[in-house]
Amino acid sequence: MSPHPSPDLGVWVAAALTLCIFSFLYKENPFYRFAEHLFVGVSAGYYIVLNFWTVLVANLWDPLAGAFDGRQGSPFAVHLGDYRAFLLLPALLGLLLFSRFLPRYAWVARWSLAVIIGVYAGLKTTGFAQSDFVAQVHGSIQPLWTGHWGSSINAWIFTIGLVTSLLFFYFSREHNGALGSASRVGVFFLMVSFGAGYGYTVMSRISLLIGRFQFLLFDWLGLR
Amino acid sequence: MKREIPLFVTAAVGLFMILSFFVPHQAVSVPADFLQQSAIIIVAFGIVLGGANLLRVNLEAVVRRQPGWTYKLVLIAGLVVTVALGLIEGRDFQAAGTRSTWIYDQVYSSMSSAMFALLAFFIASAAFRAFRIRTTEAALLAVAALIVMMGRVPLGGVLTAGLPHELRIETLAQWILDVPQNAANRAILIGAALGVMATGLRVILGIERSYLSGED
Amino acid sequence: MSLAAFFERLDRRWIYVIMALLVLVPLLWPLNLPLEASPPVRAYHDAIAALPPGSTVLMSCDFDPASRPELEPMTRTTLRQLFRKHCKVVVVVLYPGGARLVDGIVQDVARENRQVDGVDYVNLGYKAGNEAVMVLMGQSIAGTFPRDHSGRDVTGLPIMQSVRNYSSCALLVSLSVGYPGTKEYVQQVQGRFHIPIISGVTAVSAPTLYPYLQTGQLSGMLGGMAGAAEYEDLRLERGMASRGMDAQSLAHLFIALCIVLGNLAQWERKRKEAA
Repeated sequence: MSPHPSPDLGVWVAAALTLCIFSFLYKENPFYRFAEHLFVGVSAGYYIVLNFWTVLVANLWDPLAGAFDGRQGSPFAVHLGDYRAFLLLPALLGLLLFSRFLPRYAWVARWSLAVIIGVYAGLKTTGFAQSDFVAQVHGSIQPLWTGHWGSSINAWIFTIGLVTSLLFFYFSREHNGALGSASRVGVFFLMVSFGAGYGYTVMSRISLLIGRFQFLLFDWLGLR
Repeated sequence: MKREIPLFVTAAVGLFMILSFFVPHQAVSVPADFLQQSAIIIVAFGIVLGGANLLRVNLEAVVRRQPGWTYKLVLIAGLVVTVALGLIEGRDFQAAGTRSTWIYDQVYSSMSSAMFALLAFFIASAAFRAFRIRTTEAALLAVAALIVMMGRVPLGGVLTAGLPHELRIETLAQWILDVPQNAANRAILIGAALGVMATGLRVILGIERSYLSGED
Repeated sequence: MSLAAFFERLDRRWIYVIMALLVLVPLLWPLNLPLEASPPVRAYHDAIAALPPGSTVLMSCDFDPASRPELEPMTRTTLRQLFRKHCKVVVVVLYPGGARLVDGIVQDVARENRQVDGVDYVNLGYKAGNEAVMVLMGQSIAGTFPRDHSGRDVTGLPIMQSVRNYSSCALLVSLSVGYPGTKEYVQQVQGRFHIPIISGVTAVSAPTLYPYLQTGQLSGMLGGMAGAAEYEDLRLERGMASRGMDAQSLAHLFIALCIVLGNLAQWERKRKEAA
């Protein structure tokens, strides 16, 4: 195995910045702080440019320009997905968000926030109701005897785990007596799920390290 | 009116969005579609606002020579250069060979990955120094974690290859995921769904007003 | 010196060094440990295998460079399987940091499989708005993404002539790191539009999506790098994920040892204090 370092300046820059970040493992130092601040600035800049071209220009400016250039009929003739001059309203609401920079007029931004909050509250409420409540309860109603001992025992364990875990989250009564015992069983099931979650989290974090080392070893140093 | 109008708007828009889930007629679907398009546009303005605010805060820190101001200068330089290049390069700023693409690939991408890669070291250190089994519940958590951790990698399968299939660690790990873990997670999902539905209705009906923070 | 005292004095940077070595060494000298696909991974693979050739598939790649080691292998292998079935692939991105990364991956795999941009596949790029974008695509995908990643008007692209909304797609593939992602697609899209969904997620998210697998709201799932490696193995590929599993194995064993040794040290200390 011999090293074939990349001739690409960009790869060397990426490797140097990676090592600056990793230097934090020894202790906090100026190289890490430089890389950290550069990362924050570049990320914010990238997000601004991305939203500018992909939403503000593509979904707002282009349709508005098209609505008023006279080639598509009346600017107020609306169809599904084609809102023409009516897009002036979200444009105005978006600009009103910048009133937060003026303390005396910051309250105006609430109108814009109200639209966002209303849309997402409505979407979330129905989405959670349909998929996380109705569908999950429906999926939980399963036969406790399936004809096979193995899957039947699993069905019992699943049902007991579900009911006791739900009872743990019932805080309108003190957890005494039967409710207390049931919620304690629920805690055991919850601990098992947290343990499984911890195991998967470990996998996820190590995967990220593997990816960075693959870049350093193979893309930067060219070790084959 | 500084609070009443936003509350009314939230209620009207929220109830209309809920209605649109059930009513497919054009009279409902077209305005609902428009509201969602509007939300997307306003959110995009919000992201630009966030960036502008970041610039303002850090410029202030540099001007006032607050501690660490030289690093904030680096932040500002990174932000301004990225935005300037992106705007100059136009719609094709993400095409291969552009300077914006170079910044994304070599600067943003590498540092984003490296930041998260640090977590692997911290999780090892925390496993050693902080993961303490003092109760039955903690023991259950630890046993489940150990079985799932080793069961989801090939080494676990190799170490238990001699055991019957039902006792191999990968089978145990899959069973934990399919049965007890699934049951508990479903309970969490259902509980969270009830919470979200309640909070959503509270926000729409104007009972929950924390998003209107600030003085009138 | 007792075990407890030794571990208490141990500088945590030695743990970092051991972790680094356990990841570096198998990357350079692979152990080639065998992989076996788990049921959710098989279901993911089989859902694509069951598609009629030439079907249109919507692929939502919602990840960024930070989660690249887990999700890039899934994306590549999925695209290869879809292209080999002659499926038309429409790619969208709802996660802000991933637009450029996803485009690089899509173009790379497309070139490898001699697919024509705008005819066999299209990358519609990024759109802010999370759930609102997902619901809007139910009305019109072209209306939500008027221009593709390169800035072209999508209504002029051949692939988009037959793509209107979710009803034009046989399958939705959601590859996601968090929010917005698979959970939001299940809530907003599967419930309303009833399109089959398969998902590839980071390992952190995988356990929380098992309830959706069991109810059929998800038809298959890849969880983390292990899921990606098992999927590559099913497709007879040895990609980035497969090559990383040896390092993953040793690192997991080390973490398990850390938990055990840390607790052994604690019990020894408590025993001495009790005595």
